[in-house]
Amino acid sequence: MIDLLAGFVTELRNAGLPVSLTENLDAMEAVQHIPIEDREAFKYALGATLVKNNSHWRAFETVFEVYFSLRGPEYKLVDGDDSELDEMWREMQEQQGQGEGRGAGGGGMESLTPEEMMNLLMKALMKGDQGMMRALAKQSVQRFAGMEPGRPVGGTYYLYRTLRNLDLEGMLEKLMEASREEVGGELTPLEERLEKDEYDSRIDQFKKEIEAEIRRRLVADRGAEAMAKTLRKPLPEDVEFMHASRDEMQNLKKSLYPLTRKLAARLARKRRHGRKGPLDFRNTVRHSLSYGGVPAEPKFKYPRPAKPELMVVADISGSVAAFARFTLMLVYAIQGQFSKVRSFVFIDGIDEVTDYFKGVEDISEAIHRVNTEADVVWVDGHSDYGHAFEVFWERYGKDIGPKTTVLLLGDARNNYHASQAWVVKNIQQKARHVYWLNPEPRSYWNTGDSIVGDYGTHTDGVYECRNLRQLEAFVEKLA
Amino acid sequence: MGTRFESVQSVREGLRDENYLADEGIAGVVFLADRLGKPVLVEGPAGTGKTQLAKSVAEMTGARLIRLQCYEGLDESKALYEWNYKKQLLRIQADKNSDSWSDVHDDIFSDEFLLTRPLLEAITADDPVVLLIDEVDRVEVETEALLLEILSEYQVSIPELGTITAKQIPLVFLTSNNTRELSEALKRRCLYLHVDYPDLEREKQIVLTRVPGVTENLADQIARIVRSLRQLDLKKAPSVSETIDWARTLVLLGVSNIDAQQAKETLHVLLKYQTDIAKAAKELSTESIK
Repeated sequence: MIDLLAGFVTELRNAGLPVSLTENLDAMEAVQHIPIEDREAFKYALGATLVKNNSHWRAFETVFEVYFSLRGPEYKLVDGDDSELDEMWREMQEQQGQGEGRGAGGGGMESLTPEEMMNLLMKALMKGDQGMMRALAKQSVQRFAGMEPGRPVGGTYYLYRTLRNLDLEGMLEKLMEASREEVGGELTPLEERLEKDEYDSRIDQFKKEIEAEIRRRLVADRGAEAMAKTLRKPLPEDVEFMHASRDEMQNLKKSLYPLTRKLAARLARKRRHGRKGPLDFRNTVRHSLSYGGVPAEPKFKYPRPAKPELMVVADISGSVAAFARFTLMLVYAIQGQFSKVRSFVFIDGIDEVTDYFKGVEDISEAIHRVNTEADVVWVDGHSDYGHAFEVFWERYGKDIGPKTTVLLLGDARNNYHASQAWVVKNIQQKARHVYWLNPEPRSYWNTGDSIVGDYGTHTDGVYECRNLRQLEAFVEKLA
Repeated sequence: MGTRFESVQSVREGLRDENYLADEGIAGVVFLADRLGKPVLVEGPAGTGKTQLAKSVAEMTGARLIRLQCYEGLDESKALYEWNYKKQLLRIQADKNSDSWSDVHDDIFSDEFLLTRPLLEAITADDPVVLLIDEVDRVEVETEALLLEILSEYQVSIPELGTITAKQIPLVFLTSNNTRELSEALKRRCLYLHVDYPDLEREKQIVLTRVPGVTENLADQIARIVRSLRQLDLKKAPSVSETIDWARTLVLLGVSNIDAQQAKETLHVLLKYQTDIAKAAKELSTESIK
């Protein structure tokens, strides 16, 4: 048991979760009070002692699944607990009074035709029958995934193969039809929506069962350690903007909001609890009058740092669009920390988008407008930093003052156009600070058509901002 | 020291008797907190029953609930203890002549002149208590350190008196709305429990137990609509307490079957932002087929 837990904790640490020694000891103690057979309780016991941040929970669950759920009693794959399923199947048949169709003893799920299986699946989904769904997930993986031991293919490939054969999209349609018939006629839009959400969630659950089944088989094939390694995914704050999948994007968006709230609270606090300043002589003397001339109560000058004015100039061409979006969202979510925020977006032409954010409660809607309405294409819609900067300088250069901080966002991949780096130099001379944020890994900078170095020499710093963690750290420093 | 609970299952049943429907995770962590003698840090969105959990556990175990509401600027004298200066002054003046200095000195720093605040009260109590430290994320990082001694050792050190150790280990719950990251030191000392929005079935059960006069059918509809709303991209998703308020409203209005119109008219109970309400109203009344 100790060995198993030690391996488990090591894997958690490898996945990026900070697990301290005391937490490890707590976990050891906790599991003594919980029987390992009770999977759920066991999982929560480990979770409560080892995972102290909710966004790490998913990573934890994955590792847990690989290490515990897939071993132990559920290990038996094809042979073992099919008997239970067969029984269930038989019961169903009897309920429907077609027991004679399948032979009394034999049969079971193996002998179903695809059509029968689809019917069964549809029934299970309609009723929300958990056991049946799990059984069907097993069966469909067995049939469609075509898994071969030792083949070095990831789980996603098998998942894709299984799902392609099941056609769950069509299933949703059919389910909706069925429930329409059940009521006899049309559903009101509200009912329609509720029904669809219900089925959506059931189908999602079914997909998860399939995924779990595939994983279970892979673990049996390759062993837990190897499997955990392939399944290791970056934590939300470590996901790279430039390579995030759609799922990860959703997660990123979700974790952005609490993050901005935290950041705003932290910055406000920082501003309020200012460090002590030098003695305010005048004020001290004035207050000394009430003590008969004795300066009993010294007064200090508290520094009141001015809020910076911010100009964000972002490249929103394909490759770095996601990064620009996140930075804009973050900046506007904490705009109370700046005295003024203006934003500009460009590809090869440049446009001011500040107005889109004015008086809008919903930042994502404003971002959507930026992406669809802003006039950013000049010639061909390929990034041209040089031209964009030149226009920026002509049109808005006069607005840059000694209080302004200018943020330039982009990978500086200029498609071999002229760099016009003199603009950045001029900006630097007028502005308080100029920073460049680059979503590319540092090792890619200045390779190919990236000319971040040309611009970088004229800025107060070029920062690598590949993930939320880095972005957060930068913004905190900025305000 | 005896344990309070038999098993995870008994925790769950006990909580259910108090009208608190715990899921496996909640019950498991409460059980462990008792067995390991560790505080529980409960995090999660607002209105998911974090504070209620502590209250229900207190009721279940028949313990007294001692609550410390945290806020910015909370300090030792509000959280731990304070010397009763006025009484000390009175004591000194009362018998100026009789006592020697050392007697007075020893006397005025004794239990009699100590005002206990929630934390000290919790560990000196003779009867069973549940200590709830509410919204711990509101205090400054420095103030968190105040809590560390009591959370790990269940003791309070008072310079003039020495160390006061707990007579019994109370169940401790800390809640946090996650407005800032709590310090590692604090997290390490606690069991972590994240309370999220309940799933459909549990939410329905919650509505059924908390709202008198609601029918099974209505509760089911309510839970479904709320789930659909939570899937929208809203500023503030409806919380469990808002779901309950909504259910109460509908029962009062005598609604037995919600249609889109009624849902729209009462949305303001569930959602608190105008943009959210507009968005939800639009979503509920339009067809959702892609």
